[in-house]
Amino acid sequence: MPDKRPLSLLLVAPALAVVLALFAYPLGYSLVSAFTARDGEPTLDNFVKTFDLYTTDIVFTLVIVAVSTALTGLFAAAIGGYLVLGAHPAAVTLLKWLYRWPLFIPFIVAAQCMRTFLAKNGMLNNTLDTLGLVDVTSLSGLLDWRGIIVTFVWKQTPFVALLVSGAMATLDRASIEAARNLGAGGMRILLEILLPQVSGVMTVGLVLAFVTMLSVLSVPIMISGGSPTMITVDMAFRVNAYSDYGVANALGVVSYLIAGSVAWVYVRRNVAGEGAP
Amino acid sequence: MRAALGWLLRGSVLGIFAFLIFGPLANLVLWAVAIQWYFPHKLPLTYGFRYWGEVFKPTSDAFASLGTSVLIASITVLVCLLLAIPAGYALGRRSLPGRGLILLIILLPQAFPSVAVYLNIARLFYMVGLNGTIAGVVLVHAVHGLVIAVWIAAAAFAAVDVELELAARNMGASALRTTLTVTLPLAAPGLMAAAIFVFLESLDEFTGTYFVGVPDVTTLPLMMFTASLGGNYQIAAITALILLVPSIAFMLLIERFLNTEMLAKVG
Repeated sequence: MPDKRPLSLLLVAPALAVVLALFAYPLGYSLVSAFTARDGEPTLDNFVKTFDLYTTDIVFTLVIVAVSTALTGLFAAAIGGYLVLGAHPAAVTLLKWLYRWPLFIPFIVAAQCMRTFLAKNGMLNNTLDTLGLVDVTSLSGLLDWRGIIVTFVWKQTPFVALLVSGAMATLDRASIEAARNLGAGGMRILLEILLPQVSGVMTVGLVLAFVTMLSVLSVPIMISGGSPTMITVDMAFRVNAYSDYGVANALGVVSYLIAGSVAWVYVRRNVAGEGAP
Repeated sequence: MRAALGWLLRGSVLGIFAFLIFGPLANLVLWAVAIQWYFPHKLPLTYGFRYWGEVFKPTSDAFASLGTSVLIASITVLVCLLLAIPAGYALGRRSLPGRGLILLIILLPQAFPSVAVYLNIARLFYMVGLNGTIAGVVLVHAVHGLVIAVWIAAAAFAAVDVELELAARNMGASALRTTLTVTLPLAAPGLMAAAIFVFLESLDEFTGTYFVGVPDVTTLPLMMFTASLGGNYQIAAITALILLVPSIAFMLLIERFLNTEMLAKVG
């Protein structure tokens, strides 16, 4: 219906304009600013300074986000697998009811929960102490890189598990039953039949989780105040303390590159799959 | 014997899992009702609702920031729906030149880490006087909300049965009337879900508000952040609980609006 196309474009135009003006333009602005000195001349100094000061933080960020993404994928696969393959309906129902709780809890609230839960005198240490497993006076808290990972995985697993278990539930049961009749165990069915078929959904979920974690400012500030820290904190610090937009934006470009390499997978999947139902 | 061992194992794994899910939430609730609590006491020394009175006093900062948050979230939902309904309809139902590219642009805010973008939006807003205003914060929230709103709206419109529209047209209804009385009501549950999503996302948003809202707009998450860093754990816990309630309610309600297959399509 070629005659209807102008109207279609008109319908999309306002939304498109808002995203272009308020996201694409500032994005471009940050790219330009990263390569511009304070006097307006083009320069690479911002990047030299960035790698001088923040190489440790960049590596720290990469490790934290990568480990969190891997653990999220692992737990999501385990939860999804048990929901589909679990032999005990009561346990399946209970797990289904349990795992979703953090789904829509905002990062900042998750951070506040963990800030108390993982502290030296938090509920985690106190419970282990009460059970006689550890002695709380000899323990330190987990409020460092480990706390950031725990918070990220706690918050992100339900989302990926929801996507993955949803995709697993729509798969053909016949192949699972066939494998079971041939003597395959639950773990083997999960690894060789279920996961390969939901790898697309899993990838999309994990890429979204990865990029989201790379954008979170509150969790690293609230969980681990010290150094090294994540580059989101460094960006805020450069701007708030020095009004140094050059280095802040250079760090931004580093974060785009990290995310962009991963997000490429996601965008390609979506554009390629747009015709599919 | 084997069955009993199996249940023991399942019970312990589920028990540990439940502790890891609910432990952090329980610790938050304890802080919200604690008056006095310090090391090495495992539980608060005195309980009470004194700090609740402080938070819900009409003159308190927390109460004001709750109002600001709800106001911003409500306007953001309106803005997002006004933009997302036509866009979702075009993407879900009509032929559109450059559909892939348009989808890709609307997806951008999800595909890029946003901190650097926010600090540049703040810089640009500062030049035009939008920094520290409700309108500025709404715009920042709306851009992020649009991604999810457009996708859910497109999925909702795509799921509307074309036959029903054709039937309406055959009975003589105009295109506009068919859209208003057949298509929109059928897509309403999906649009409702989109609205709730956007509302929650706006209510919970921290990073964008942190850069664009300063110094005049304090939303509930910003207020909670300041209280927490200031060591004001009771106030932080109570404000966190206020943010927690709608999130959990939505989690429990979501199956009414969205089934997992539709969620999978959205991703």
